[in-house]
Amino acid sequence: MLDAFDARGFRAGLWIYAGAVLAFLILPTLIVIPISFSASDLLEFPPRDFSLRWYETFFGSPTWMAALRTSLILGLLTAALAVPAALLACISMDRLGGRTAKALGGYVLAPSVIPGILLAIGLFFVLARLRLVGTLGGVLIGHVVLAIPVAVIVLRPAVARFDWGQVMAARSLGAGWARALVQILLPQMSFTLMTAALMAFLTSLDEAVISIFVSSGQNATLPKLMFLSLRDQIDPTIAAISTLWSVLVIGIVLIVNARRKA
Amino acid sequence: MTGPAAMTAPAPPADDGRAGLRRDAQRERAFFLSLSLPALVLVGLCAMLPILWILRQSVLTLRGEFTLANWEKLLSSSLTWKSVWTTVELSGATLVLCMALGIPLALALASAPQKLANRLLILVMLPLWTSILVRTYGWLVLLRRDGLVNQALTGTGIASEPLALVYNFTGTLIGMVHFMLPLFVLPVYAAMRDIDGNAIRAAASMGASLPRTLATVVLPLAAGGIRSGAMIVFIYTLGFFITPAVLGGGQVSPVAIRIEKVMSTFQDWGQASALGVLLLILVAMAAAMLAAARRLAGRKGRTHA
Repeated sequence: MLDAFDARGFRAGLWIYAGAVLAFLILPTLIVIPISFSASDLLEFPPRDFSLRWYETFFGSPTWMAALRTSLILGLLTAALAVPAALLACISMDRLGGRTAKALGGYVLAPSVIPGILLAIGLFFVLARLRLVGTLGGVLIGHVVLAIPVAVIVLRPAVARFDWGQVMAARSLGAGWARALVQILLPQMSFTLMTAALMAFLTSLDEAVISIFVSSGQNATLPKLMFLSLRDQIDPTIAAISTLWSVLVIGIVLIVNARRKA
Repeated sequence: MTGPAAMTAPAPPADDGRAGLRRDAQRERAFFLSLSLPALVLVGLCAMLPILWILRQSVLTLRGEFTLANWEKLLSSSLTWKSVWTTVELSGATLVLCMALGIPLALALASAPQKLANRLLILVMLPLWTSILVRTYGWLVLLRRDGLVNQALTGTGIASEPLALVYNFTGTLIGMVHFMLPLFVLPVYAAMRDIDGNAIRAAASMGASLPRTLATVVLPLAAGGIRSGAMIVFIYTLGFFITPAVLGGGQVSPVAIRIEKVMSTFQDWGQASALGVLLLILVAMAAAMLAAARRLAGRKGRTHA
């Protein structure tokens, strides 16, 4: 882009600056990896001795394990509820078009611009009225409402690309709407649907603010427990969890990327 | 003949054909509209209702009678205005730093060969894929008194003693910039990639220097991307909670943190609701201002054309 200029000095300076910014971006994620293998109670870097004791602490702790289980279940349920709702909404918007679609789109995407803290306390008030604070269901609906916009953003372009002539052909041959959608639309969108499900899952897995306000006791999610322990004391157990987390999420993203290219 | 009723409806009489088609079209629209219902109900019950609840509760007493006491208390408290100021200060500073770090990075990426740029973009997006708590923890480790950054600063003699980089405004700001930077860089990079290389070559062949070309060709053409990036950064950061809660260490109190404090320490739901409405107003004001800026820029662009 800038090859028309013979400005080597400028370009070298630009790349040094850009390199420093990139380092700033990845450093906090990378730093936790060596610390998670440290043998010391202190957050020393570089660690003097290595061990797996913080991983053992994590996997050996009933509290952490319960939180992990809660988070995984919540993630799966969130994906299972948010993706079908988002898919139906995308079909609806695509077929209706015009102003109706625009209004529907604005409405279902709204939760992504509302500050999380407001959703959290609002949901807390409503759930308190219904005596449902601390239940898994309460956190679940909070996560679903955050995952719907994410799934809509992933699914909408794919629904727009879909050739509706195929469904019309099936309909004219006597298939009902449900059958036409299940047998024609779903198989063609399977990859996008999987991506949307993963994104919904990750949205729930990473969500902390609603969990902090709405979940409690044995239903505390992993991010909530991490948040609480970051506030109290910071031992390398969190580094071990962080490392596992990053490996899991980056693994998922790389697999999705590889499959998209294939 | 594509409506859900098309298959089952009896063939309409010839003279009534148009009305029948219209009825079919209406039924079809109703059917497609009904597909949105699950999403509409979920968003309505789990996002819209809670927000309305906050609005309503901000003008109610504990026993449910109408009152303006929550608002009087809130607006007369200096803590409120201090937290509003902190919120705006944090968002503004985050935006300025995101521009200072993000625009050169986007420029470097946009001027790189596509393949290299794609690889480097993975590094830009890496933080987006890691949990906010993982990143916050990483910064805690890096910025502590005996952390890596302070070790480097004192080791190289830049600072004579460890600096207080965390559990304060600085730490919160660093965490927020780190969170928002990828979201800022992506639209700016996309806008710069879209710039026609011929425009830049034309500027060069007419004798414009590189800085002048950047200022008069590249930045104006990337302005759309910069504006949307800025909008994302500013609006998003107004409601930040996790970063100031952990990296602020109780020393930094934007509105989101005040809300939590009022909820957990004073159990004052009315007050917390009024603060919530205040935050909502801040977000709406920021969105309106940025939308107005975009309209203004759009109009200016048209008169130049």
